[in-house]
Formats: sequence, C-alpha cells, structure tokens
Amino acid sequence: MDIQLKRGLLDVCVLAAIKNQDSYGYKIIKDLKPYIELSESTLYTILKRLETADMLTVRTAEHGGRLRKYYHITDEGIRRIEEFKAEWNEILSIYQFVTKEDNGND
Amino acid sequence: MTKIKFLLELHEKLSGLPQDEVEERLNFYSEMIEDRIEEGLSEEEAVSAVGSVDEIAAQITADIPLVKIAKEKIKPKRQLKAWEIVLLVLGSPIWFSLLVAVFSVILSLYVSLWAVIISLWAVFVSVIACAFGVIVSGIGFAIIDKVLTGIAMIGAGIVCIGLSIFLFFGCKAVTNGTLLLTKKTAQGIKKLFIKKEEA
Repeated sequence: MDIQLKRGLLDVCVLAAIKNQDSYGYKIIKDLKPYIELSESTLYTILKRLETADMLTVRTAEHGGRLRKYYHITDEGIRRIEEFKAEWNEILSIYQFVTKEDNGND
Repeated sequence: MTKIKFLLELHEKLSGLPQDEVEERLNFYSEMIEDRIEEGLSEEEAVSAVGSVDEIAAQITADIPLVKIAKEKIKPKRQLKAWEIVLLVLGSPIWFSLLVAVFSVILSLYVSLWAVIISLWAVFVSVIACAFGVIVSGIGFAIIDKVLTGIAMIGAGIVCIGLSIFLFFGCKAVTNGTLLLTKKTAQGIKKLFIKKEEA
C-alpha cells in the first residue's frame, strides 16, 4: 500500500481503537489485529505522532505491580476521525472513477 | 531470550542515541513483553513476538532525526574538569576554525548542488519565456508585412517550446537525483555518529 495513504489510515485506526475507552499499547495491537497488522515499532511512532499533534494524551498508571501507559483520545483526535469519515466519501468516488477506467480499457 | 537480555541488547544497540528517548522506547517494549506474559505466553515467546533486536534498533535509528543525534554527541557525558576547560579555551583558535571549516565545506557542498538545480530551472524558464517572446514578436512581424521574418521567428519559438519539454524532464531527473544524494549524505553522517559510539 502507498506509504502516505497507509500512514493516514493507521493514525485513524489507532484513534478509533482508543475512542470509546482508554487503551494501552498491547491492547491496541490486539484490537487492530483482525483489520491491520501493526508492529510495536510502528505503533510507537504513530502514538508519538498523535501525541505531538494533540490528538491523544498519555497517562501512566499502576497495573499488577508495574507501570503501564494508557492513551486517551482528545477532542482533536475525535475531530480527526470525523474528518476521515468525510474524506472517505471522496476516496470512494475516486475509487469508483479508477475502476471505471479499468472497465473502459478492457 | 529473556526480557532482561532483550532490553540490555537493545540498550546497547541504541547507545549512540539520546538517553531519554532510549529509556522511553525500552519502557515501551518492556510493557509490551509484560502484557504478553500476562496473557499467558512464556517469557521466551513474548520476547520473540516483539521482534528481533536488530530490526527494532534499525527502525528506531531511522526514526530519530539527525539533529537530535548530533546534539546528543556534543553533550558532554560528565562535568568537565577545570584544566580541560582551560585547554578547550586555549585551543579554541585551532578547534574552532577547524569546526568552522568542516561546516563550511558541508554548506558549500549543499549550496553548489542547489545552485546547479536552480540554474537548470532558470534555463528552463528562460527558454519558455524566449519561446513566447519570439512567437509574439513573430506574429507582430507577420502583421506588418514582413511575413518571412515572422514565420521564421514563430518557427524558432516552436523549436524553443520543443526544447523546453526535453529540458523539463532533464531538470526533473537532476533535481530528484540531487535530493536523493542529499538524503543519502545525511544518512551517511548519521551512521558515522552511531558507529563511533559502538567502536
């Protein structure tokens, strides 16, 4: 998949994974597994990028005698998801245009 | 591999990078391994599920910008002793001018690379401008009854346009090549910094 497109999709996927409930690294990977394969390094980079963009906040909490980082979505992050939904119609119409072109060439 | 061994190896591989960044990454991977163990995997399985140390280290190095790595290098590992400071100050005419020289060489390299690109594009723009100028004045000549001169000038203009199409692709290729070269150079410098630490 095109890198730029994939990066955008992954950002929204991670945001969606923490949308309803705060989540932590391993849970995000597990929740996304049926849809998209995500390595730890990739997830780290995405989380950092989203944190820098103020789309999520991080808090450290104790869990079973050790520390675990939980990620919480911000209003900005929710707005990004909504934006993605709106963009999707645009992408869909481009997709239809591209596949129509294919049929024309056959 | 045990979790401790994995983290130690990763720490060693990342030793040239900013310490706070490394610590955060290690905590992140440690949490990932712990969560997998909690889910029922053995320590061995949990570590191997996270990936190989070499792969992870390579990706982290690629992620961190060069400026940050260079800053980390310049930062002294310990407090400087008085005599070291004195030596640094006394030696400054030598090391400072050397440093300036190194930076000017790098800077001039970049400037000359970009000068080539800019001049190429300038030629491209001037050929186009020339084409339009000649065509317009050719039309002018044709109108005031110097038809032959006019046609010759319009012809020359069209030749210029044709030439500019070739030039465009040439310029584009050179620009892309230079960008790649600049990127490769930056990566090379980055590697140099990290290698030194490991040696």
